[in-house]
Amino acid sequence: MWLTQPFNERSTQLFLGVLLAAMTLVTLLHLVVPAGHPLHVNAYTVNLFGKYLSYALLAVAVDLVWGYLGILSLGHGAFFALGGYAMGMYLMRQIGDRGVYGHPELPDFMVFLNWESLPWYWQGFDMAWFAFIMVLLAPGALALVFGFLAFRSRVTGVYLSIITQALTFALMLAFFRNEMGFGGNNGLTDFRDILGYNLRSDATRLGLFLATGVALAVGYVVCRAIVGSKLGRVCVATRDAEARTRFIGYRVERFQLFVFVVSAMLAGLAGALYVPQVGIINPSEFSPIFSIEIVLWVALGGRATLYGAVIGAILVNYAKTVFTGVMPDAWLFALGAMFVLVTVFLPKGVAGLLAYRFKRRRNDADAQEVTP
Amino acid sequence: MSLIKSLSQRDRVFDFMAPAESPVDVRHGPILYMEDVTVSFDGFKAINDLSLTVDDGELRCIIGPNGAGKTTMMDIITGKTRPDQGQVWFGTRHNLLTMNEPEIATLGIGRKFQKPTVFEALSVFENLELAMTADKRVLPTLFARLDGPARERIDEVLEMTGLAEQRRRPAGVLSHGQKQWLEIGMLLMQRPRLLLVDEPVAGMTEQEMERTAELLTGLAGKQSVVVVEHDMGFVRSIARKVTVLHQGSVLAEGSMDEVQNDPRVIEVYLGESEEAA
Repeated sequence: MWLTQPFNERSTQLFLGVLLAAMTLVTLLHLVVPAGHPLHVNAYTVNLFGKYLSYALLAVAVDLVWGYLGILSLGHGAFFALGGYAMGMYLMRQIGDRGVYGHPELPDFMVFLNWESLPWYWQGFDMAWFAFIMVLLAPGALALVFGFLAFRSRVTGVYLSIITQALTFALMLAFFRNEMGFGGNNGLTDFRDILGYNLRSDATRLGLFLATGVALAVGYVVCRAIVGSKLGRVCVATRDAEARTRFIGYRVERFQLFVFVVSAMLAGLAGALYVPQVGIINPSEFSPIFSIEIVLWVALGGRATLYGAVIGAILVNYAKTVFTGVMPDAWLFALGAMFVLVTVFLPKGVAGLLAYRFKRRRNDADAQEVTP
Repeated sequence: MSLIKSLSQRDRVFDFMAPAESPVDVRHGPILYMEDVTVSFDGFKAINDLSLTVDDGELRCIIGPNGAGKTTMMDIITGKTRPDQGQVWFGTRHNLLTMNEPEIATLGIGRKFQKPTVFEALSVFENLELAMTADKRVLPTLFARLDGPARERIDEVLEMTGLAEQRRRPAGVLSHGQKQWLEIGMLLMQRPRLLLVDEPVAGMTEQEMERTAELLTGLAGKQSVVVVEHDMGFVRSIARKVTVLHQGSVLAEGSMDEVQNDPRVIEVYLGESEEAA
């Protein structure tokens, strides 16, 4: 079957193996090793790893459009934040009457703003299934409309990058407004439960970490399946010679739109898993700087490999955690230095180091595929 | 009246029940038939009363000095340029002047441009796979799997173009000549009935030219090939029939020897070309 195809690839097997091993190791070190032992992983760290994994999924989504389709989206933070807001709305509704004002239905910020009733677009978010569908649907719909207009008009290259920046910036300004009904500047926070489990308990945090790991695995396999299909080859063909691809009969804009929407949905999923782990979603996730940072992760890790995006996201964010703890002021310099060093010495990113080995493996896999 | 007539016509009630039209009718010999075609750009007649017939399975070379109208002629056949007057037929059934570019391409006229464009990041095999005639919508492409006949077709074209050993190499590392062959191969994947090839050997080495000559002569018979070329040596090595264009119309037509000995041809073209060579 189409979706099981990636499991035959060595690189996917290796990636899933490493991910599974890491998830098992963290779980064991957290649960089995007693607290106080130097190898014990505390709940805070588990939570941190969960956050990295959601960033990794976001990076995979960006690599899908940038690496394989050649669309440098500087607005993927918008899809991430939309997924996050959908999840945040569900979590807000879960609070129920336990808010500061004790209103049975309205979130605190609405009571504070003297709103009488729930706006129509908040309806349904008390149901988990509805919210989880919206996590994919909201970013997907935005990507569909935006992509349809952009690709139909054949906007590509730097112009597309600029309008994706404009998109996320516009959304940031909109979400800052209190009248929008998304908590304005403060965003959505003070979450308590998810699916009935207390968000502050260690067990829920571990569960969220594992769920994010599974989502990353699923997202990775979906992307691999797309990239490894004939559609993936059409994408690469479009990236390198768009006019030629059109000439041999492919409706290029439709392929671009399809992949863009899938990528936006994955970014939304990543945002939805990120929000319960950090406990807040606010308009700063829409900031253009954040979207540019995602692209930096992918560039550092290595473009058009997918696993490179994962490596890049985890590496940069781990470094960020360390640096902002030790020398907060030096972080941006460190990020800049990392980017410069990688660009100069590892033009294909960290994944480029591994590429030679993987290339041989991939060729083997192809050989098996071609001569069954 | 005509409505009633069409409704009462019982032999063809539904369009989808009508037999599929056979693509190209070549029972009368010619696959391409151009008659009295004229095109002018701002008063300049790029093509002037051009009449040309290419038989099914023929390999035809078109030569002529710069500005003779060779490329414009190709543009007319592929639907890129509309002539001011004249007729262009593909087989005896298809009037090419009523069709647009994609329709003409689907009908089976493939064109190779001068500058080779292949998908450099994809392997030779994958380049051919993408070019293959198939359902090219998004979802069918996502779920597409290569079946046996498709694989055989790709292998066949790899064999024809002499790229069998390069099948797994990225197209970007191929030599200039190999890229040209790959591009011809990509056209062949669409099983064209008529192949228009524009200056295939420009920038090629001697050996590459020989290989290209073998490739093109090998294709003739299975499909019709029209080659526009400047290189006289190359034309001599492949051509059975040569058409000389001059100022937008046919100056001479015949075997290479006949054409070469035609005084008018020597005057306008071959003479000076021979000196240059």
